[in-house]
Amino acid sequence: MSKSRETNPDELSEIRARLASASGPEYWRSLEELAGTETFQHYLHREFPENATEMTDPETRRHFLKLMGASLALAGVSGCAIRTPEKIAPWVKSPEQVVPGRPQFFATAMTFAGLATGILVESHSGRPTKVEGNPDHPASLGSTDIFAQAAPLCLYDPDRSQVVLQGDANNDGTFADFTFDDFLAALTNKMNDLRPKKGAGLRILTETVGSPSLAGQIKEVLAAYPEAKWHRYEAVGKDSAKAGSKLAFGEIVDPIYHFEKADVILSLDADFLACGSPGRTADERAYAAKRTPVKGEMNRLYSVETAHTNTGAAADHRLAIKPSEFVDLALAVAKEAGVEGATPGKLTEVQAKWAAAVGKDLKKAGKKGLVLVGDCQPAYVHAVGIAINQALGSIGPEGTVHYIEPIEADPVDHLASLTELVKDMEAGKVNTLLILGGNPVYTAPVDLKFTAALRKVPLSIRLGQHVDETSEHCVWHIPEAHFLESWGDARAFDGTASIVQPLIAPLYNGKSTHEILSILLGQFERPALKVVQEYWKAQGTAADFEARWRKALHDGKIADTSAKPKAVTAKGLAAIGPRPPATPSTGLEVVFRPDPTLWDGRFNNVGWLQELPKPITKLVWDNAALVSFDLAEKLKLANNQIVELKYKGRTIQAPVFIVPGQADDTVVLHLGYGRTKTGRVGTGTGFNAYALRTSDAPAGGPGLELTKTEATYPLASTQMHRYVEGRDLIRVATLEHYLERPDFVHENEEHSEQSIKPEYEYNSYKWGMAIDLNSCTGCNACTIACQAENNIPVIGKDQIMAGRNMQWMEVDTYFHGKDPNDPEVYFQPRTCMHCEDAPCELVCPVAATVHDAEGLNVMVYNRCVGTRYCGNNCPYKVRHFNFLNYFDEAHPALNEPTLKLLNNPDVTIRSRGVMEKCSYCVQRISGARINAKESGGRIQDGDVVTACQSACPAQAIHFGDLNDPNSRVSKIKKEPRDYAMLGELNTRPRTTYLGKVRNPNPELIEA
Amino acid sequence: MAQVFHRSMNTVSRLSIVVAGMIGGAVPPLAYFVNQSPNETLVKVVREQPIPFSHEHHARGLGIDCRYCHTSVEVSASAGMPPTYTCMSCHSQIWKNAPMLEPVRASLREQKPIEWTRVHQVPDFVYFNHGIHVQKGVGCSECHGRVDRMPLAWKEKPLTMEWCLECHRNPEPHLRPKEAVFVMDWAASETDLKAHGATDVADLGTKLREEYKIEVGRLDNCSICHR
Repeated sequence: MSKSRETNPDELSEIRARLASASGPEYWRSLEELAGTETFQHYLHREFPENATEMTDPETRRHFLKLMGASLALAGVSGCAIRTPEKIAPWVKSPEQVVPGRPQFFATAMTFAGLATGILVESHSGRPTKVEGNPDHPASLGSTDIFAQAAPLCLYDPDRSQVVLQGDANNDGTFADFTFDDFLAALTNKMNDLRPKKGAGLRILTETVGSPSLAGQIKEVLAAYPEAKWHRYEAVGKDSAKAGSKLAFGEIVDPIYHFEKADVILSLDADFLACGSPGRTADERAYAAKRTPVKGEMNRLYSVETAHTNTGAAADHRLAIKPSEFVDLALAVAKEAGVEGATPGKLTEVQAKWAAAVGKDLKKAGKKGLVLVGDCQPAYVHAVGIAINQALGSIGPEGTVHYIEPIEADPVDHLASLTELVKDMEAGKVNTLLILGGNPVYTAPVDLKFTAALRKVPLSIRLGQHVDETSEHCVWHIPEAHFLESWGDARAFDGTASIVQPLIAPLYNGKSTHEILSILLGQFERPALKVVQEYWKAQGTAADFEARWRKALHDGKIADTSAKPKAVTAKGLAAIGPRPPATPSTGLEVVFRPDPTLWDGRFNNVGWLQELPKPITKLVWDNAALVSFDLAEKLKLANNQIVELKYKGRTIQAPVFIVPGQADDTVVLHLGYGRTKTGRVGTGTGFNAYALRTSDAPAGGPGLELTKTEATYPLASTQMHRYVEGRDLIRVATLEHYLERPDFVHENEEHSEQSIKPEYEYNSYKWGMAIDLNSCTGCNACTIACQAENNIPVIGKDQIMAGRNMQWMEVDTYFHGKDPNDPEVYFQPRTCMHCEDAPCELVCPVAATVHDAEGLNVMVYNRCVGTRYCGNNCPYKVRHFNFLNYFDEAHPALNEPTLKLLNNPDVTIRSRGVMEKCSYCVQRISGARINAKESGGRIQDGDVVTACQSACPAQAIHFGDLNDPNSRVSKIKKEPRDYAMLGELNTRPRTTYLGKVRNPNPELIEA
Repeated sequence: MAQVFHRSMNTVSRLSIVVAGMIGGAVPPLAYFVNQSPNETLVKVVREQPIPFSHEHHARGLGIDCRYCHTSVEVSASAGMPPTYTCMSCHSQIWKNAPMLEPVRASLREQKPIEWTRVHQVPDFVYFNHGIHVQKGVGCSECHGRVDRMPLAWKEKPLTMEWCLECHRNPEPHLRPKEAVFVMDWAASETDLKAHGATDVADLGTKLREEYKIEVGRLDNCSICHR
């Protein structure tokens, strides 16, 4: 293992000086790089760090030797013995339309925080393996986010709860196995009790409900038990957005943005480009489309934020401020944009200048301006944002935002709803509590003391996919069906309804929320399918229901269900009332945010998401106390150093990670880690930030105390891995410069493409890829889509720290600028370039990596003997070596039979000792080629869509035949912005990049 | 110090070098021979099956088309194995009580698939596709032999990569008109030659290769079969 000497606190000032000097690097990836630490040198000089091949853990090493001995012996045996014959088990009765060997696609919808994304799920002989976007669905448009991509792994998670459990509310999580019938008997008894009492003491707790049929069913329950109450709690909710809407409009409405019309966008802490944001795919697609500089016009994005996010990285101007400064900054912008009654308080000089320039720019844009406010901002900032949009004239059918009735069924303030429930539980008013989804014991604000209150409930029933913290304190735990196993319905951000149809029968007899509610109503013969059908039958004429139903299932959406725009008028700022009092801005402020990959913790046990590098920090498997460069310098903090964080009398310990560009005097904590009861994958990862989160400050607040300790905790960040140092990899220009010189990407290039070898003629297809850096927002959807499509293993934190990352598609983060506290950020997806003159091919002693006639640099796994020469000779560092038999040995949780169902049967599972890398999704090319040949034609443009390309919401990745001059990729490669990474090496990569063009405001460019 | 070894040991040691050399030299060819022998490839080795199904009886005796059971052979990678229902579509009428067919009836009764032993097995990293071979005029019997003469199924060809490449590099002798793909005892007739404008059997292969647009030269790319 590499020696872990990380950045030393004393070095931070040196780093600053080095950056400021003329010889400092223009683009850099990490502070370790700037400090030139040993760790960085390790990763830089050796793609596979020293001793990476050795087993350092003595026990594993012995195990390894044993295995090696055994496999050698087996090799001898298998050489001269008949292999065990494989069995073929055909169907007893073949289902309709199933062709063995050909996948089927079914439309369904994934619900996330109450909102649906339409997806198509690939199914091989009845087992769902891969999620694709549904092009016809408004929230997908053919793309997906990381959470949708991870759905199949969530489904096959071997740690999902599998049996009905009954325990005692007062003991500590000891359970006995029961059957569902036992539960039915218990619940029916209780219901018979409750019915005459009109359900007094019955409480139902759900997360955000957007499903119309579920909302209908809850209404039925409340009608049958008039004294019962329905509570809602979503850990990362939209309470303040709802409150802001109430403040400004007097009612709760949902915004629909029109980025296609927006010329100037101001994001006030709204990370609309991050996975998890509602309507994000549609928003990102429309936003990215306005970033093509070809016509000489681009939108301009301003971002004010505390943490460093994808949106901030994409912004043309980014301002990092503390949460307590948002109100004044928003008011300052409002004042400049012409909002009456906006009287900002004191701002710093930089902030004032910034606000003035942005306000002016917005005013100039008029109804083509758009202000977005993040869900973590207080209601007042939301109201100010709405007031600015109103003043600009951008609200309404002509403008950049319109409003619709809320998608959430019966929207309430979730925090208030939970608080009320806890009070009733404490007062002993609750005798039966149904927790349908969510994990409130873990996510509830710590000051509510939810757990203690829960233990006072005589009958608590928990429907959940995992036996988690909440299950531990409930009397009954019922396994919940995954959305790929159950019927349901849901609505997208714009109101479009979809039917959720199952792809597979419940693996562990899980039940859906619909089914539990049916039981509650005494309707034992009313499964979820019937509930959903009955609801939609009532929504139109019964006569054509069958046809409507089939069409809805096929299309993945129900036609004409999108919400109609609602006419709203915002009250003026004066009518809203006084601004919240300014909080003292001395000292540290804590900021709670959902984790970029685990969200509120619900994806804690999903290996793909744990191992997905988080944007900006590139951390995997852990969260950290994120601090700015200046704060670290001031307090002499170093990466990995454990600090004690004290907030409102509660204390936690967390390792520090320095994020260039974060707001000073803030500590950002991501939720979702530090679970005490989770599956084998999530156990022991990160620290629990919920332990500091209170009901009066769910987004954080001032008054954090930070104490240094001498202890350290190893954080794994892939930021230093596979780095190509000191080369001109990213090419950027301003719009102004681009218009003068469209081929700016070639400005400093000096190379000729001469070769002594004769040119190979690709006379059939010639595959190539182009990645538009201008559209890419660094969301990582491509990485995880690739992982799902190509059976890429999860390898665990230790293996990552040894530099053995396996993801074929990586999104690199580069910082740019002389100030380590306020850098620009660029993303660059990097995968195998499929060089025409590939350096890897020349050095392979066994010809395991060769070129094919269509220009693919193919990897022949069964030839590879694992010399790793190819990896050493690859200038792009995109080859990945299987140091272990990762599918079986890396993690005990990964060696489970259910996970075998997850694999894509069209891609080989690689074993130990084999090199692998991006194949341009050769299985999809082969599939398309066979289809085309069978019908006697050629592969048409668009027939082959790689996994990364399909997932990309911004459509930054283009793939196709370069021999076809009319293919999309050919046309894009003709753009003057097109350049090859390390083109000077004459490797002639088939993957090229389109340079990034920024559109800064001339007023804000420092002279 | 006295001599440890007797002088005659010289002869023994010299001889042992020669013998070792001979053995060493014999190992590679021997390994190759073993590897190519039916012991490894299982060519013509009858595998035990739960039901002694006879292709000879069903295909030749009764004249049932291959596609009656192997339904997806024209369109998919997998040829498809018949579900129990296919067997029972006849055997619910004839040989209803035959003891030999008890596993079929049991499968239907218990809704459990019949577990056949795979006869043609390629490694997991090989992606063979039946559909495209059928579409390009490769007859069943080219790879599977005269299945209609097999009372119990066996493997006719070794299915080694060497064997695959033989045809992928030189497909002409293995091509036939598409309509004859499922004909077990096909031989080029005058009508075939005339229909495709060929002068002789060898020329028919060339003509068919052109007609089916089979791109020889690319078929031995690794990515054609490995993914």
